[in-house]
Amino acid sequence: MSVLVYTESEQGKFKKVALEVASYAKAVANQLGTTVTAVTFNANDTTVLENYGVDKVLQISNPKLENFNANAYANAITQAAEKEGAKVVIISSSIDSKYLAPLLAVGLNAGYASNVVEAPSNTSPFTVKRTAFTNKAFEMCQINTDIKLIGVSKNAFGVFENSASASTEEFTPSIPDFGVTVDSIDKATDKVTIADAEIVVSGGRGLKGPENWGMVEELAEVLGAATACSKPVSDLGWRPHSEHVGQTGKPVASNLYIAIGISGAIQHLAGINASKVKVVINTDPEAPFFKAADYGIVGDAFEVVPNLIEKLKAFKAQQ
Amino acid sequence: MKILVCISHVPDTTSKINFTEDNSKFDTNGVQFVINPNDEFGLTRAMWFKEKQGASVDVVSVGGAETEPTLRKALAIGADAAIRVNTVATDGFSTAKQLAKVVESGSYDLVIAGRESIDYNGGMVPGMIAALTKANFVNNCISLDVEGNNATVAREIDGGKEIVSTTLPLVVGGQKGIVSESDLRIPNMRGIMMARKKPLTIVDPIDISEETTSKAFEKPAASGAVTLVSPDNIDELVNLLHNEAKVI
Repeated sequence: MSVLVYTESEQGKFKKVALEVASYAKAVANQLGTTVTAVTFNANDTTVLENYGVDKVLQISNPKLENFNANAYANAITQAAEKEGAKVVIISSSIDSKYLAPLLAVGLNAGYASNVVEAPSNTSPFTVKRTAFTNKAFEMCQINTDIKLIGVSKNAFGVFENSASASTEEFTPSIPDFGVTVDSIDKATDKVTIADAEIVVSGGRGLKGPENWGMVEELAEVLGAATACSKPVSDLGWRPHSEHVGQTGKPVASNLYIAIGISGAIQHLAGINASKVKVVINTDPEAPFFKAADYGIVGDAFEVVPNLIEKLKAFKAQQ
Repeated sequence: MKILVCISHVPDTTSKINFTEDNSKFDTNGVQFVINPNDEFGLTRAMWFKEKQGASVDVVSVGGAETEPTLRKALAIGADAAIRVNTVATDGFSTAKQLAKVVESGSYDLVIAGRESIDYNGGMVPGMIAALTKANFVNNCISLDVEGNNATVAREIDGGKEIVSTTLPLVVGGQKGIVSESDLRIPNMRGIMMARKKPLTIVDPIDISEETTSKAFEKPAASGAVTLVSPDNIDELVNLLHNEAKVI
C-alpha cells in the first residue's frame, strides 16, 4: 500500500530532484497514512534517503542498467509498484522521468498527471494541481484510476527533511528487451545544465551577435549558472538549439533567471515563468519583460553586464 | 514506409489564456488554433521521408469538426490523407488509446507525435501509443533517420544528446531539432487547393472512460511590480539579490 517513489541517480549519486520527489512522496504518504518506498538503480549509498522520509529502499544493482533505458526502467518500476502494492507512484519531471512516465502509466494502467506543483489537494477523489498552457495557467486534475502516477515539477514543491530509518532490500526485477540501445552520449560534463541549474543567465537579440556572448558566459561562470538564449538567437544560429528556452524550447524552473537583451515575448515568458526570481536588463523600458520581472535595469547590457560581473566577483570574494 | 503524424489542435503560441464556465473550460473566444508546434516539426520531417524515401504520410487528430482546418493545413503542407477520430480529446491517456487504435488498424511503421502539446502539456501521448501498440519509443527526438527496418535517433538529454539505435515499428516524440525552424513550410496556394481534394476520413471513437479529468483552471497570480535599479548602482542589485531575494 506504500507510496512508491523513483529516486533518480547519476553515476551512483542521487540527483537533487530525487530528494524533492522523496519529500513529495512523504507528504502524500502522510495524507494517506502509509509509508514511502523508494526504488533506485545502481545508487552507491541510499542512506541519504532516510533524511527525506523514505522508509524502505528497493535497490536495483545491475550493470546492464548502467545507462538509462526507458523501457527497462519503466518495466522495473512497474514490478516494484506491483510488489509493494503501491497505489501512488511518484516520479520527477526530468527529461528521463518524462520519457519513462507514459510507459509506466500503461504498465500500471495508471492515470498520469505531469508537472504537478503541490501536494494533492484531496486524496478522494485524488486531485492534484499541475501547470498547463505552458505555465500560463494551473489545472486541477482529478485522477480516476485505482493507481495514480504523479510527475512532480522541478523546484515547485521543495526539499524537506523528514527523519526516518529505512530498510534496504536488494530488488532483482526481470529485465525486458531494451528495444532502444544507446550508441553514443555527447554531454558536456564541465558545464551546469539548464535542468540542474539554480541560476540561469540568458541572452537575447539585444546582444547583437554571437561574438558578444563572452560576457554572458563570464557572468554565468561567476554565478555558477547555466547559459540559455531566446528563440530568435537560436533560430539565427548564434547559439545552439539546446540553449533555447521558452514555449517550444526548454522550460526553466531555476531560483534566479537573468535575462539580458530579451524583450520578453509571451512564448518566452511562458517558458521561464516557473523561475522564482527574474531579473531583466534591457535598454527599452517598454519591453514586456519588465512587467514579468522582479528586478530590472533599464540600461545598455554592454555597460551593465561587465559592471555586474565586477560587482559579483567582489561580492563572492567577500563571502 | 507508412508514417502517421499525430496532430494536436492547439491555441496559437501568442494566445491569451482565459477560462469560462466558472473556470472549468478553456475560453476559445477569439483564439486562433494551429498545429501544435512540436507536431509541426515532426510533420516536416515526415515530408522529407515522403520526398526522399517514398514514404506515405497520413495525419490524425482526435477532436470535433472544429479541428478539421488544422488537419487541412497539414494536408496543404503535404500529407497524403487525414483521419479525424470523432470525439472530444479529453485526457492524454484516452487520446492515446484512440490513436493507438488508428495506428493498429493502419499498420503504420513510424508514428511521429510532438513530445507534448502546448496546451495541456501532458507529455504522455507518444509514449502511451508506443506502449499500447508494443512499438519502440524514443522521446525528445532531435534527429531521425530510417534505413530499411532500422532507425537512428538523436535524443535530447540533460546537458547534451545521445544517439540511439532501434527498429520499426517506432514511435517518436518530436520537437524542434527533428527539423530546424527554418525548414518549416508555409502552405502555398497549390498545396491549399490540393488539400481540399485529399481524403479526410472521420472514424468513430472507441468506447473508453477518462483516466484523468480536468476539474478547474486558475491563472497564476499577477507578478508584483518590478523593482527598478539604476544602471549606475549595480551594488544595489547585488544587495537585493543577496539580502531580499536570497538567491545569491
